[in-house]
Amino acid sequence: MPSHDVLIIGAGLAGQRAALAAANAGATVAIMSKVHPVRSHSVAAAGGINAALKPEDTWESHAYDTVKGSDFLGDQDAIEIMCREAPDELLHLEHIGVTFHRDEKGELGTRAFGGASAARTYYVADITGQALLHVLYEQLLKYHERLDRYEEWFTTSLLLGDDGACVGCIARDIRTGRMEVFNAKATILATGGAGQAWKPTTNGLVCTGDGIAQAYNVGAPLMDMEMIQYHPTTLVENGFLITEGARGEGAHLLNSEGKRFMEAYAPNKMELASRDVVSRAEQTEINEGRGVGPDGVGIYLDVTVVPRKRTLEALREIVNIGKDFAGVDITREPILIRPGQHYIMGGVKTDVWGATPLAGLYAAGEVACVSVHGGNRLGANSLLDTLIFGRRAGEHAAKRADAMLMPSSSEAQLRDDVRVIDGIIARPREGRRISEIKDELGTTMNRHVAVFRDADGLNTAHETVRRLKEEAKTAYIDDRGTVFNQDVLGAIELGYMLEVAEAVVVAAIERKESRGAQFRTDFPERNDGEWLKHIDISRNGEDVPEVSYSPVTITRWQPEERRY
Amino acid sequence: MAEFTLKLRRYDPESGQPPYWDQHTIDLEPHRSVLEGILQAKARFDGSIGIRCSCRAAICGSCGVRINGQPGLACHTHLDKALASSRDGATIVVEPMGNMPIIKDLIVDMDAVHWKKVQRVTPWLINKEPIPEREYIVPHENMVDVTQTMACIQCGACVSDCLSMEVDPLFVGPAALAKAYRFVGDPRDAQQEARLRDLSEDPHGIYDCTHCFKCIDACPKGVAPMNQIMRLRRRAGSDFGIVDRNNGHRHEKAFVTNIRKNGLLHEADLLPDSYGGKLHPRAVPELLDSLPVITTALLRRKFTPAKALRHPHRKEFKDLRDYFEKVEGREQRLELNLYITGYDEDAAPPADDAQNAPEQGEPGRTPEESPSR
Repeated sequence: MPSHDVLIIGAGLAGQRAALAAANAGATVAIMSKVHPVRSHSVAAAGGINAALKPEDTWESHAYDTVKGSDFLGDQDAIEIMCREAPDELLHLEHIGVTFHRDEKGELGTRAFGGASAARTYYVADITGQALLHVLYEQLLKYHERLDRYEEWFTTSLLLGDDGACVGCIARDIRTGRMEVFNAKATILATGGAGQAWKPTTNGLVCTGDGIAQAYNVGAPLMDMEMIQYHPTTLVENGFLITEGARGEGAHLLNSEGKRFMEAYAPNKMELASRDVVSRAEQTEINEGRGVGPDGVGIYLDVTVVPRKRTLEALREIVNIGKDFAGVDITREPILIRPGQHYIMGGVKTDVWGATPLAGLYAAGEVACVSVHGGNRLGANSLLDTLIFGRRAGEHAAKRADAMLMPSSSEAQLRDDVRVIDGIIARPREGRRISEIKDELGTTMNRHVAVFRDADGLNTAHETVRRLKEEAKTAYIDDRGTVFNQDVLGAIELGYMLEVAEAVVVAAIERKESRGAQFRTDFPERNDGEWLKHIDISRNGEDVPEVSYSPVTITRWQPEERRY
Repeated sequence: MAEFTLKLRRYDPESGQPPYWDQHTIDLEPHRSVLEGILQAKARFDGSIGIRCSCRAAICGSCGVRINGQPGLACHTHLDKALASSRDGATIVVEPMGNMPIIKDLIVDMDAVHWKKVQRVTPWLINKEPIPEREYIVPHENMVDVTQTMACIQCGACVSDCLSMEVDPLFVGPAALAKAYRFVGDPRDAQQEARLRDLSEDPHGIYDCTHCFKCIDACPKGVAPMNQIMRLRRRAGSDFGIVDRNNGHRHEKAFVTNIRKNGLLHEADLLPDSYGGKLHPRAVPELLDSLPVITTALLRRKFTPAKALRHPHRKEFKDLRDYFEKVEGREQRLELNLYITGYDEDAAPPADDAQNAPEQGEPGRTPEESPSR
C-alpha cells in the first residue's frame, strides 16, 4: 500500500501548489488526479489573478473589494490573509516562469476586472489559468524525485482511521482498474467544483463535485453551498466562457435597444460591477423583454469597442472561441452571451490553513470554503484562492505529518469499494441511463437554482434531486471492462453530483434573504439581522442533510449597503 | 438538427480481439463538434466508447484524435466540416492518434511517448541569478513571443502525425521542442546556450526535423511547432554558433547556400557541401557511404546523371536571390507570432474576409517583430 506524509487528491492549481509546498517543507508527497494534471479545469481560467502588487495599490483595498464583492458573507480574517499574501505569491509565480504580460517598461502589467477599485489583475493574454497550470506542472516535473504522481487515478472514497481522522483514500487506477489503499498522515482535497450538476455550465466534464461529496460522506461539513456563481458572459450557443477580461479591456453589454443597460444597475462600475450584480442585470433585461438573439434569451457583448490589435493580443482565445464555436468575429461584431453557471463559492468548510473540522483532512481551491468568496466571488480571485490556500494547506499538512507516525488503516473499505463498483457494473439493464439522469439534474438545477430563485422552484428542485438519487441507485451502464471504464466512473460521479446538488438546494431553501449570488424573489432584500451567518450542511450519518449555522468573521469592515 | 454518421475505431484490450469499426448515427446541429457527436453516441447507445475529454472548448487538450485521417481535437472540429472532409462524403471517421500506443478505443498512451519527450527537454525554467526581489524586467515582446509556445495545450496532435518520429521514434519531436523554445526564448532562463547545445548535439534533436509542416497543420492552437524548431536552429546556429557533431548546422547552411546559388535544390552538391565540399576529407567517406543510396536513386530515376551534373538555370532565380538579400539584410530577424502585439487601432479592416485575421502568416498582414536577442 502506498504511504505518504501528504496525499493530495486533485492536480489543478490548488493541488499542484499544495504538493509543491508540502514537498518543499520536507514531506513525502503523492498527488493523485483522475485526469492528467494539465487537463484539470484550472486550465480554463482565462482572465487573470489579482494581487495588490503595485506600489500605489494596497492589500487593504483588495480585501475591502473582496469583502464587498462577497456581500459581506466572506470571512474577513481569511480574506485579509489571501490579499496580504497575494503579492508574494504572484512574484513567486513570476520567478518560476509564468510568462505574465509586461508593460512597456518590462514590468508586470495589469488589466481591470470586475468589482475591483484598482487594475490589479495580472494575466497571460487570456490563457492565464493554462499558463499557471502548465508552469506548476513544470515544477512537478522538476521535483519528480520528491513527488509521486498518480495520474489518471480515480478516488472512490476517503479513508477514516479508528479515531475518526482521515488517513488517506481508496483509489482506482483508471488504466488498469486496479484498486489500492493510499495511506497518508494528511489528505488534501483539491478536486475543484461541481459545475456539471448544472446544464449548461462553463465547467469541464470533470467538474463533478467529487471532493465535496467525498468529504460530506465522511462527515465533514459543507458551507455557503447556496452560493452559486452565474458568470455574466457565457455563450448562448453552448455555455462556453467568455472571459471577464473582455469587459476588463472595455467591452460593453448591450440590450435589444442598443443601450448600455448597466447604467441603470451600476452607474459607477458599469460592466465591471460584481458578477452577481451584472448577471442579475442581464437576466432582468432578458426577463423584461429586452434580450437579443433568437427568443430574446441573450445580451450583446460588444468587444468591437476595444482596439482590434489589443483584442488580438490580449483576448486571442475568445477571438478563437467566437470564431470556432459561434461563427462570430468578435473584433467586428457583438457576440450573444447570457449568464451561465460558472463557480461554486461554497464547499468543504476549512480554517485559514485549509484544515477541515475532520482531523487529517484538508481542502483547498474550489472544493473548499474558507470562506474568502462569501456570497459572490470577484473575478480573478479564484486563481489566487487556489494558490494561497493550496500552499497554506500543503505547508500545514506537512507540519502535521512531521509530528506523527503513519496511521494504520485496514483494507475493509477497499473491499467495500470494490463491491460497489462490481455492483454497478453488474446492474441489469432495467433502470434509466446515467446520462439521462445527469441531463435531468442539470436542467433542473439551471432552471430552479440559478440567478433568480424562489421557494416553489427550490422545493421542486429538491423533490427532483431526491427522486434522481433513488433512480441513480438502479441506473445501468454499458461498459463491463476494467481498462478505462469511464462508464462506471460516470455512475460514481453522478452520485457525487446528486449529493452536492442536494446540499446546494437545501442551503438555498434555508437562506430566506437575498445576498450575493442567492437572490430570492420571495425574499428580495438582504437581511443582516437574521442572515449575516454561514449555513453549514452536514450529513451526520443520515441520508438527509442537516442544517446548522456558523458566524461570519468580521475584522474591520462592517456590513454596508452594496453599490457599484 | 441533422443526422451524422460516425465511424469509430474501437479497441478493447481485454477482449483479445483486434481493433474494429463501430458506427453510430447521431443527431446534432451541424456546427456542433465531433466530440459532442461522440458524447451523444456514448450517452444514448454505448457508454463503453472510450475517449478522454473535459473542457469541450479546445483548452484542456484531452480529446486529440484523428478525424478522417487528420489529427486534431474532437471538440474543435465541427460536424459539418468533418463531413465535408470525409472520404466517402457520408461517414465521419474517428481514430486514435498515431505514433503512440493505443490503450483503449480513442485513448492513447501519452506517457509512453509524449510526456517522456517533454521530460527530455528539461521543461522548467532554470533561473538567471540573482533572482530579483520583485519581478524580472523583461521586454513586452519577449513575453508575447514565448506566449505562443505557452499556448500549447499538450494535446499530442503534432506528435500523432510527425513523419520524422515515424521514422525515428527517438526524435524529441514537435511538441517537446516547442516546449524547449519556451525556455530558450525566455530571457529569464540562465541555460539557453546549454539547452541549445544539448538539443543540437542530440542525434534525435532539432536537426532531426524534416520540415514536412505536418505539425503546423495539426496544431489546433497555432503553436506551429516546426516554426519553433526552426527558431531553435537559428538561435543555435546563428546566435550561438553551435556546430553540432551531427552536422545538422552545416547541412542546413549548405542547403541555404545551395538554393541561393542554384535557385532550385541541386541535390548532387548538397551532400558534399554539407561536409565542406567534394574534396573535403570529411566529405569523401560520407560520399562513399552514400553510394548505395545514390545508385538506388539512379536506378529508380529519381535523378539522371545529366541532371546531377548540369543544374537547370531559370530567370526567376534572380528574384529568389533578391529575397535572400532582403531577408538577410534586416536588422532584426523577423519571427512569425501568433499573438499580434500593440495597442494602436487599425486604420481600416483588411479588404479580405476578416475571419482568419488572427491566423499568423496570413498574406497582407504584417507579423510583429520579435527580437530574439
